Amino acid sequence: MTTDTAPPPVAPPADERVRRVGLFSRLLARPEVGAIVAVVIVYAFLAIVAFDNNFVSWQATAAVLNTAAPLGILAVAVALLMIAGEFDLSIGSIVGFAGMTIMVLVTAQSGGGFGWSFWPAVAVALVLSLLIGAFNGALVMSTKLPSFIITLGSLFIFRGLTIALTRSLTNRTQLGDLDQVVGYESARPILAGQLTFSGARFSITILWWILLTILATWVLLRTRQGNWIFGAGGDANAARNVGVPVTRLKVALFMTTALAAFLVGLLQVVQFTGADTLRGTQLEFRAIIAAVVGGNLLTGGYGSAVGASLGALTFAMIDQGIRLTGVDADWFQVVLGAVLVAAVLFNNWIRGRAAKR
Amino acid sequence: MTATLTAEAERSNGSPLLEVEHISKYFGNVIALQDISVFVRAGEVTCLLGDNGAGKSTLIKTLSGVHKADEGVYRFEGEEVEFSSPRHALEKGIATVYQDLAMIPLMSIWRNFFLGSEPTRGWGPFRRYDIEFARRTTREEMSKMGIDIRDPDQPVGTLSGGERQSVAIARAVFFGAKVLILDEPTAALGVKQAGVVLRYIVQAKQRGIGVIFITHNPHHAYPVGDHFVILRRGQVFGDYAKADIALEQLVQMMAGGADLEVLSHELESASRQGGEGADELRAAAATFLAEAEESETSGAPEDSPPGE
Repeated sequence: MTTDTAPPPVAPPADERVRRVGLFSRLLARPEVGAIVAVVIVYAFLAIVAFDNNFVSWQATAAVLNTAAPLGILAVAVALLMIAGEFDLSIGSIVGFAGMTIMVLVTAQSGGGFGWSFWPAVAVALVLSLLIGAFNGALVMSTKLPSFIITLGSLFIFRGLTIALTRSLTNRTQLGDLDQVVGYESARPILAGQLTFSGARFSITILWWILLTILATWVLLRTRQGNWIFGAGGDANAARNVGVPVTRLKVALFMTTALAAFLVGLLQVVQFTGADTLRGTQLEFRAIIAAVVGGNLLTGGYGSAVGASLGALTFAMIDQGIRLTGVDADWFQVVLGAVLVAAVLFNNWIRGRAAKR
Repeated sequence: MTATLTAEAERSNGSPLLEVEHISKYFGNVIALQDISVFVRAGEVTCLLGDNGAGKSTLIKTLSGVHKADEGVYRFEGEEVEFSSPRHALEKGIATVYQDLAMIPLMSIWRNFFLGSEPTRGWGPFRRYDIEFARRTTREEMSKMGIDIRDPDQPVGTLSGGERQSVAIARAVFFGAKVLILDEPTAALGVKQAGVVLRYIVQAKQRGIGVIFITHNPHHAYPVGDHFVILRRGQVFGDYAKADIALEQLVQMMAGGADLEVLSHELESASRQGGEGADELRAAAATFLAEAEESETSGAPEDSPPGE
């Protein structure tokens, strides 16, 4: 209460203390602002610098979106978990694990596999991935250790298991020929479909990415569970005090990140008709970077799914831009790290201004 | 004014809404609470006063269902109860508002207000958080408490401490609290803000809610309280109805000795903000000022508390 004159009017239609804020100021209060600015700046920069390398073209756009899509799927799930105040470093390993599980199950017995058909193998990989997510979540909640530590352990456990089991069963680290397996043809259109548009090929992964971003945004902003996610990340104790089932919620979110990792593993297996035990390495860090660049607060309680997707887009543009301009790919990591720090600084600055409005 | 309050207390002289009798709580060999009896009636404010270490927090936790008492009886609405968790107590209508655990700063007011009890509409996969209802209701409920919020979309972190406490109180009232336990709601607040919160305590009381108001500040307790229970070293040091004790004695008992004139000024400024509780506060302020002047001439009272 800032006034000290008349008794407060009851539910006034307009309040003299609320300033009419323009569309611009209201936009500034959204968590995605930083990510939108990053996308625009990076695109403009590359459009100028890499113009001669055809950055402004359907082919380059398709390449950017195809790179962004799998990362975006992971980043959206990571964002939900991050808003709830937890980390999942194991998703890259789950991508490799899920893909390899499918391949080992469908590989012929003569090759050391099990000779299954495609869909049952997918179902088993799905269940195992969800179990890993539940394992991560249950362990974090019951030990009360930071999820950073627990899932860092999972990162190595499941990458190691993937390599060790694959090698001991099949004597190989790469398995292929998925297109020879029964059931593969039925999976192709929805998991490996492509849309060709003036010579540029857009992968169906982009569609999955957009759909999941919309779904996650709906959950965050329009459902009870979304409200719980913000509450659990903002202050788990306070949320628990008002009856939010924090433990159940967080375990479900760890299963969600594992599910997203499974989906990416599945999409890659079908698109490449095979798997590699090292696939998905470092994807967890990229997904976290995308989420953070997209305005999600590392400490939880604040962020958006759209922001995470835009973060993935920024990431992909930098990746493709460096490839196109022919700059030594070694510089990619340097640029990426710099963009990460710049984006976080910018987001903090924006949030400070938004709070003061 | 003492007369009108006494009359009011007598009118509502029903049976207690919440009552604990002779409860004790031990942690190993430490006696945290010994033989404590406290009650609150509907539409009354019972103040629990005590310095640090007097056993206030243990008593709150026992009342709100966090701890179970080792001895004694806990009655709610006349029936003996035993709460397994704070959630259980909340379902029965005993809401506890903790000093700093009440709100999530980064979330908007309306999201905070309904956190954990979100209204929904639609069915199946289309079941969604009824945002329009939540925003409208938050605004309405706050104005019923005499709190005029600027913008329900404002993050709670941008509210002042007093406003935050007020949102938490309004929320507890909206979700059907019959007894409101307030843990040091005015402790970390400035003069004006404390006045704001005291006014909402009076509002809640006028809506027929039993309020247990924990504080170490007799100047905050006296103007709004109907009963005063003073805790010291885990025991009841004194138990008074308002008619039986003057603020000055309360202050003495709390080993306070703070400047009454400052307080009078404090409450006067709070009452200037208007609202329904303002008259009560203004009257209290006048009383303090009179008592402050009197104490300068008469010195300390010789009454010893009957509890000892």
